[in-house]
Amino acid sequence: MAEPMRIRATMAGDVADVKVLMNHPMETGQRKDAKTGQLVPAHYITEVTATVGGNTVMKAGLSGGISKNPYLGFKVKGAKAGDKVTVSWVDNKGDKNSADATIG
Amino acid sequence: MNAFRRNVLKGAAGAGTVAVAVAAGLLKPTQALAGAPRSAFEAKNVGDAMKSMGVSAPADSKDITIKAPDIAENGAVVPVEITSGIAGTTAIALIAEKNATPLVADFDLSGGTQGFVSTRIKMGQTALIRAVVTAGGKSYTAAKEVKVTIGGCGG
Repeated sequence: MAEPMRIRATMAGDVADVKVLMNHPMETGQRKDAKTGQLVPAHYITEVTATVGGNTVMKAGLSGGISKNPYLGFKVKGAKAGDKVTVSWVDNKGDKNSADATIG
Repeated sequence: MNAFRRNVLKGAAGAGTVAVAVAAGLLKPTQALAGAPRSAFEAKNVGDAMKSMGVSAPADSKDITIKAPDIAENGAVVPVEITSGIAGTTAIALIAEKNATPLVADFDLSGGTQGFVSTRIKMGQTALIRAVVTAGGKSYTAAKEVKVTIGGCGG
C-alpha cells in the first residue's frame, strides 16, 4: 500500500471543487486469474472519509464495483481558499491511507 | 469514528457547519455516523440492497441528474456523475442494477457538501444505473441505462 493519493481542490465561486484519485487495485473477489483459473481474492476500499477545515464533509462506503484506482469528485459549499482538505480510506484488508491538500 | 466525534466536538466549540446542521435538525446524528451497512454492499439484488439501507419505495424524481455514457465500451471504467437538485440532500447511493452486488457506493454528505458526486464504476453488463438520494428523511430515485459492450467484472 502507501501508494500516493492525489487531491486537487479548487474554488469556483463559493464552492470548493474537490477531486481525488486513489491508488488501489479494487479487486471484486469475482475475477479469475487468467493463468491459474483461481479467483483473485477481494481487495477493495470500503470506506472513504473527507474533511475540509476539520469538518467531515463526506463519508463514503464503497464496494468492489468501483473502478481500479478510484476517482471521487465532490463539491463543498462554504469552504475557503487555504482550507485543508484531508481524505483517508480503509480497505477490506485493514490497509489505510491518508493525504491532504490545500484548497487553491 | 473517533476522528468524527472529535470533529463534531470541534464543530460544536467553533459553531462549525456540522454542529449547525445537527442543531437545525437537517442532519440526524445517526445519519451522519452510519451510512449504508456493509450488508447492503453484499446484497445480491437491488431489493435486498435497498432493504439493508433502510430505503423503501423511493419516489421518482426529476431533480436527480445522472450523467453517464449511453454506451460504455469498457465496463471496467464507466464514468458516472450524479447531481441532486433536491434541497437538503444528505446521502447519495449509486446502484448498478445488474452487477453481482448492485450497491456500488454510498455517499454521506455533510458540512456544506452539495448534492453532487462523481466517480468511475465497473459494470458487468448493460443495466440501469440508479441513484437513490436521501433528503430530509425521504428517499428519491432516478435511473439511466448504460449499454456495456465489454463487461468489467471479470468472468
